[in-house]
Amino acid sequence: MLAPAVLYILLLVAGPFLLAIFYAFSDARIGNTRLHFVGLENFRSILQSPSFRIAVRNSFIFTIGSQIVVIVASSILAIALEKPFRGRGVLRFLMLLPWVAPIALGAIGWKWLLDSIYSVISWVLVALHVYKPFGAPMWLGEPHLAITSVLLVHSWRLIPFSTVILLAGRTAIPKDIPEAAAVDGAGFWRTEFLILLPMMMPIISVAVLFGIIFTFTDMTVVYILTAGGPFDSTQVLPSLAFTLGIQGSDLAAGAAISLFLVPLLVIIAYLMLRVAHRAEVT
Amino acid sequence: MQTSISGHLFRRIAHVLVITVFTVALAFPFYWMLITSFKQNVDLYTMANNPFIFNAKPTLDHLTFLFTQTRFVRWLANTTFVGVVVVSITLVFALPAAYSLARLSGRWGERVGIGIFLTYLVPPTLLFIPLSRVIAYLGLQDSLWALILVYPSFTVPFSIWLLMGFFKAIPRELEDAAMVDGLTRFGAFAKMVIPISTSGILTVVIFTFTLVTQEFVYALTFLSSEANQMIGTGIPIFLVRGDVYYWGALMAACLIATLPIAFLYNLFLDRFIAGFTVGAVK
Amino acid sequence: MAVVETRDLTKVFKGEGLGAVNNVNLETREGEFLVFLGPSGSGKTTLLRMIAGLEAPTSGDILIGGRVVNDLSPRERRIAMVFQSYALYPHLSVYKNIAFPLKAQKVKKELHKEKVEWAAALLGIGALLERKPRELSGGERQRVALARAIVREPAVFLLDEPLSNLDAKLRASAREELERFHRRVGTTTIYVTHDQVEAMAMGDRVLVLNKGVVHQLGTPAEVYDNPADTFVATFLGSPPMNLAGVAELIVGFRPEHLRPTASVTGEALSFRLRVENIEYLGAEWIVSGTVVGGRLGGKKVFSRLTSAQGLALEGTYDFAVPQRELKFFDHSTEKRVAPRAVSLQ
Repeated sequence: MLAPAVLYILLLVAGPFLLAIFYAFSDARIGNTRLHFVGLENFRSILQSPSFRIAVRNSFIFTIGSQIVVIVASSILAIALEKPFRGRGVLRFLMLLPWVAPIALGAIGWKWLLDSIYSVISWVLVALHVYKPFGAPMWLGEPHLAITSVLLVHSWRLIPFSTVILLAGRTAIPKDIPEAAAVDGAGFWRTEFLILLPMMMPIISVAVLFGIIFTFTDMTVVYILTAGGPFDSTQVLPSLAFTLGIQGSDLAAGAAISLFLVPLLVIIAYLMLRVAHRAEVT
Repeated sequence: MQTSISGHLFRRIAHVLVITVFTVALAFPFYWMLITSFKQNVDLYTMANNPFIFNAKPTLDHLTFLFTQTRFVRWLANTTFVGVVVVSITLVFALPAAYSLARLSGRWGERVGIGIFLTYLVPPTLLFIPLSRVIAYLGLQDSLWALILVYPSFTVPFSIWLLMGFFKAIPRELEDAAMVDGLTRFGAFAKMVIPISTSGILTVVIFTFTLVTQEFVYALTFLSSEANQMIGTGIPIFLVRGDVYYWGALMAACLIATLPIAFLYNLFLDRFIAGFTVGAVK
Repeated sequence: MAVVETRDLTKVFKGEGLGAVNNVNLETREGEFLVFLGPSGSGKTTLLRMIAGLEAPTSGDILIGGRVVNDLSPRERRIAMVFQSYALYPHLSVYKNIAFPLKAQKVKKELHKEKVEWAAALLGIGALLERKPRELSGGERQRVALARAIVREPAVFLLDEPLSNLDAKLRASAREELERFHRRVGTTTIYVTHDQVEAMAMGDRVLVLNKGVVHQLGTPAEVYDNPADTFVATFLGSPPMNLAGVAELIVGFRPEHLRPTASVTGEALSFRLRVENIEYLGAEWIVSGTVVGGRLGGKKVFSRLTSAQGLALEGTYDFAVPQRELKFFDHSTEKRVAPRAVSLQ
């Protein structure tokens, strides 16, 4: 009863994966029916291209940066949401929206919030006299601001996800433990940092590992917010692969670029197995 | 005594503050979508206006435009259609696979289970280039059937993983009893296990459906004509004419597409978490 | 060392009409081992948690060492608590678990080692200090929890059903160990349990609770031999005290006092009993049957005998209870009243 599912998955995951490797060593282009083996030529030219280097750098900036923001924010939020209070259900619904909304739609919402002329954020900053009228920066038009914006939109999207996971982790800790800490004389900070945080490490790592995958392999946020611009300054590996491989018809280059996702994926998969295994042992 | 009372007050203030800041930060874009949807263009595009209030009368123009002048309804229908078909395919493959994995004893069952789970981590951005050729080869370019073929490659693995958890929670004795009472193994599965796991199956249905609505990369790669778009691609790409963004209609579309998914997701939230936490929560 | 006192202590949980704990007044004695005994839902754990500071009272006062501690957090009350699950910190070694209260209360770091080793030696777990809680047996976990409790030399010990997670065999030895431990450290101890055997065996005094109300506070002998009301009479003892309504009174007698008439001397109440079940328990026999005739006719009673020789199922025999062993309760209040003469004929 297992075979059909395994076969389907193998055909549609392992098959294309092998095909990607095959393309990466060829001169495949859309419309070109005859393929030639070109060895490492694609990888050589990719590694030399400045936009690839920027994409690698950005992929790591977005991934690491957003994970730091997400873990700090969701840890705080999980503490605040743990005890029931009036209206918690409604707030939970509202706070979950960034995660449940289709990612492209959340991103287009932000594109409007960060609009070059009608941005409400700019309006508020002008109203607060941080900027002169018409003096607010173009959030998505300047490389540094665009990078920060993309990073924060990624964080915004993942905070709810991470929060619900951490919340599950917190509620799974027996109530006795923080109570014992209270009786033993520990205050809020000691209980959080010496007892609960260490006990939450497996679940926090699960949230982080998923977060890394969701950010590192995502092209939607970048594609919608900046389309990689300005001047390729926000390009990430997946969006670069799309730009070259699909829009630019250079399948070989696109496939080669997306293969650079693999090492990190393998590491993450390994770490996940370790976490799952450790959780089983204890 | 004094310290403990002021400490209590401080905590309450901190709690309210954290909750407020996060609710605003996370939900604001959706509030903004709502405001924008009902504002007249003169109001939206006059820089001097306070964007937080209605400077001109609220209008239904954007909604009318969205439903009569665009393909929005068609995209909703496309998304529903693909969602329903993918859900059915997913159940057909995932139910028996998950059941046999849940009943496979020993380390092998576990390993295959984890292996299947890991394929869920393989991102579309790794496979979309070779898959685009496979789709072209099958003559499915710009067809919703392309998505129907490919989406189960990630919905099946996660559904198997979720269902395994539910099936494992059903005591074996129940099936043994059913078989002693005269059912075959398949009969026991169909007449005992499936009815008992309805809530688990419902979770998988909702989950698969939300995954379909949230997917972007494959839809962007495989579909080209306006009529064939899904909500995730149609709204951000085809509600933009040249450089002109129809912000009112865009935001209304985002909100309309998001809310039902958000409601469904909220109902089943706890079960999704169980799927993600991979046993790291005991 | 200190005395714990509660005055009209009441706890009503939101949304529940009846209080979980109602107007409890009690005062421990210096160094005593006081047991809170009651069925589940009796409020015994809530009472303990209020004393610990983990639950805020709805009304009333808690005093520790003569000082009202209502508004003090648990850490400020100088108490130690052993939880039902032991609540050992799973990520910390045994050493660090025991040292945690010292660290949390900012005891000088140089003193940690000495104190931890003292506590560990007291409980005989010196060899386990490097282990993690998950590598310990149930009994060892209990000792670590006790060591963690004793290490800061608390004024009061609170123990919440600490034996309920142990298997039956281990429980007896752990109980004995706890008793010896208490004799050695002599700290005032409050111990919560639903197990009457534990309560009788360990308690200097026993507080019997039901539905948040104190039914009796007394030594094990007092609560067993002189129950204050019908609840205490039936909650303690297995099988429980036989109770029978006679006019406006309820008459009670322990199964061990109901014996065949031949073996009862002196003034006694006697009646005929139809034997319906005989259980052999090794050291004793439990005989149950129905009274035939008289004012108790039809009443089902238990008798505990050292020998059931001469009794047969379905046979009818003469049984009697010595007059001095009869307890009397008011029919409406169910409270104990003075003995009086009744006729069962």
